[in-house]
Amino acid sequence: MDNNVLTVGSIVKTLALEVQSGQELMFTEIKGGYSSDLLSDVMANGKKGDIWVTCQIHPNIIAVGVLKEMAGIIITGGRKPDAGMVEKARTEKLIVMCSSLPSFEVAGKLWAMGVEGPR
Amino acid sequence: MSPKRIVKKAKADKLDLIAICDHNSAENVAAVFKAAKKDQLKIIAGMEISSSEEVHILGLFECLEDVLSLQGTVYAQLAEGENNPAVFGDQIIANEHDEVEGYNNRLLIGATLLTAAEIVEKIHKSKGLAIASHIDRPSYSLLSQLGFIPDDIDLDAVEISPQSTLDEATEKFPEIRKIPAVTSSDAHDLGEIGRAVTLFYLAEPSVPEIKKALRNQDGRKFTLILPSPSEGED
Repeated sequence: MDNNVLTVGSIVKTLALEVQSGQELMFTEIKGGYSSDLLSDVMANGKKGDIWVTCQIHPNIIAVGVLKEMAGIIITGGRKPDAGMVEKARTEKLIVMCSSLPSFEVAGKLWAMGVEGPR
Repeated sequence: MSPKRIVKKAKADKLDLIAICDHNSAENVAAVFKAAKKDQLKIIAGMEISSSEEVHILGLFECLEDVLSLQGTVYAQLAEGENNPAVFGDQIIANEHDEVEGYNNRLLIGATLLTAAEIVEKIHKSKGLAIASHIDRPSYSLLSQLGFIPDDIDLDAVEISPQSTLDEATEKFPEIRKIPAVTSSDAHDLGEIGRAVTLFYLAEPSVPEIKKALRNQDGRKFTLILPSPSEGED
């Protein structure tokens, strides 16, 4: 296993992510990853320090990201959070990023970088 | 939103009939019934139940006892975990004087283990009407979650949100044409009450009458009143 700890900052560059909130938090360590669009599933199975890959843009994702103390959320498929969500994420110090790639590719690239799943 | 304030706003908006449909719970319905007792405003006991697929289904019931009989099942099937008020807000249980009686500690924002089809079946078993919530919205709707209306789901109606007109919704989702479509405010705060209304022509304000109207039976009928484009949300 690769012992180098990945930070959010490093994946932003590699995946060309657009950072919507938490620009000042790029040093945040990524402990693992979780991919799901069902909030109930993430609430049950997401872990602290996970990078969450989803195409879900309902405002509740911010609350769930905060609740599970996630390293950050990557919203995929070119979808964008609304202004209210971004503001909330900024207040809660939650990193939200966007990718034009579909979830499958984002998760694949993260895995290739050494971000692993449930532990 | 509290019982007295809800009743006051509904009356100000000249509504005759409102349904209280909290997420996965009906513990605040009785208080609204009591708060409206002296008024002509009629209250329907309801609940918005979240399925395992995260589809929201509205149940409208003939009486408080019917929704409470379903509540036990919903609570038993609700995902484990306690509400986190710092993240999701307090889940207040109020009385008819708008006083806090207690707090609901369950994770009401979560989903149940019941599928959408099972929820519709259980609503019907409790003599209620099953309506697929805000099917035009991109989250928590039967169409957003499943992509289509399954054959084994026997809905009484679908609900169009205030964000769409009926024409927009039927054009985007032609599969709803064969099901009665209603609208409602889906109010999550006081200001949203009355922003969209279904006008029912009934012999009396009751759920059995609404059921007839949805089926255009015995002269009962309904029509949608949605916000005009300048009033609606983006």
